Amino acid sequence: MINLNELDELLFTIKKQFDYDFRDYSKASILRRINRFMTINNMKNAVDLKFELINNPSIFQNFINEIVVNVSEFFRDPSFFKSLQQKVFPYLESYPKINIWSAGCSFGEETYSLNILLKENNLYDKSRIYATDISSNAIEKSRKGIYDNANFKEYTKNYYDCGGKESLKNYFVSDEKHSMIQSELKKNILFSNHNLVTDSVFKECQLILCRNVLIYFNNNLQNKALELFYESLPVHGFLAIGKKESLRFSSVYENFKEIDREEKIYQKIK
Amino acid sequence: MKPELIIIGGSAGAFSTILSILNHLDKDINIPIVIVLHRLKNTTSSFEAILQKNTHYSVKEIEDKEKIQKSFIYTAPSDYHLLLEEDFCFSLDVSEMVNFSRPSIDVTFESFSTILKEKCCGILLSGSNHDGANGLKIMAENNGKTIIQDCNEAEFDIMPKAAKTICNKHQELNTTNIINTLNNEYR
Repeated sequence: MINLNELDELLFTIKKQFDYDFRDYSKASILRRINRFMTINNMKNAVDLKFELINNPSIFQNFINEIVVNVSEFFRDPSFFKSLQQKVFPYLESYPKINIWSAGCSFGEETYSLNILLKENNLYDKSRIYATDISSNAIEKSRKGIYDNANFKEYTKNYYDCGGKESLKNYFVSDEKHSMIQSELKKNILFSNHNLVTDSVFKECQLILCRNVLIYFNNNLQNKALELFYESLPVHGFLAIGKKESLRFSSVYENFKEIDREEKIYQKIK
Repeated sequence: MKPELIIIGGSAGAFSTILSILNHLDKDINIPIVIVLHRLKNTTSSFEAILQKNTHYSVKEIEDKEKIQKSFIYTAPSDYHLLLEEDFCFSLDVSEMVNFSRPSIDVTFESFSTILKEKCCGILLSGSNHDGANGLKIMAENNGKTIIQDCNEAEFDIMPKAAKTICNKHQELNTTNIINTLNNEYR
């Protein structure tokens, strides 16, 4: 186990050696993740951990995959997806082409949930989704789109709660244990590595979905990411963040108006 | 300066006890209070509204990176773990459930205790699983004040019992004595 002082030193080393910068991440959260990684891998102290990271390249990639939180579900917060369909989709309809950025896509649940709803609202054909994550493992899993059947009872409930019209299973090919998202629903998605800390704007997007990603950043980095989103949106473009996240402390707050206060959906106005 | 803080954790059967404690706190007490209660996700509950009717504090559901203030009761939002940063602002996290729970009381107790040490007081109430026991032990080891609800009084005694089994430093108090202790300590 490591403490907060050791954490600062470790993050400095990781930046220097591997050029991954976690220094502006939420300390409380990353400390938990690192201690969890150490428990799983039988490492006792900071010296053990540093030794392994520096001397064993495969461990480092594994470390990155583990300390980035990738827990998600299909249609997390059904009330959000309901609101998105009611309040944002009608605007999107007016565009000939729709670019969407799903930032911090984890294992793809959020991105595919969105795509299913685009399909049901007849927006699929003109939509292109750019799904990005810092973790290459997450990108690979997202591309595969294979999920454990054990969770589908909950996903199905979420799906109906947000106004789903079909049977959720229709969008998957399943065996006894797993369900894979239909290839049709992958075609318009481009998955790629992107680091919100270091990378820049790559595409103008009419909608940016980045829910429960900013919570892992400190105020400074949250602000930086929000400025990046601001730059990536045209005027009247939409930004959706997590239900308990906030734009209030950021420098771009004044440039957005609230579309749904409870669900944290914003529109760029200037 | 480190703020002082009370964290109350509970699950099944804890709600009425929380109301009773808040109702009977002296009006000049303003130490921040954080409540971590297991509750259903995706339901709009009137939890905060009911708490507000029973206290002189302002009740607020926590938003990410919000700073702790006096005279506030903060509730942990459902479906997030609740952590504390070095600069005393709240941090939320949607990582794996712990003890089948998110928020997990263990996670919050441990994170807050790591930062606040002896400055935080943990209270573990009724509940029907073991969540909170490990965290409360860590708080006791960091010299924080730790209280469990009297196992005979708790509607579900599994939670306070689990805490008692792994650590003998906690005070075991019924609701009246919890109230008296808080009124004496934090006036």
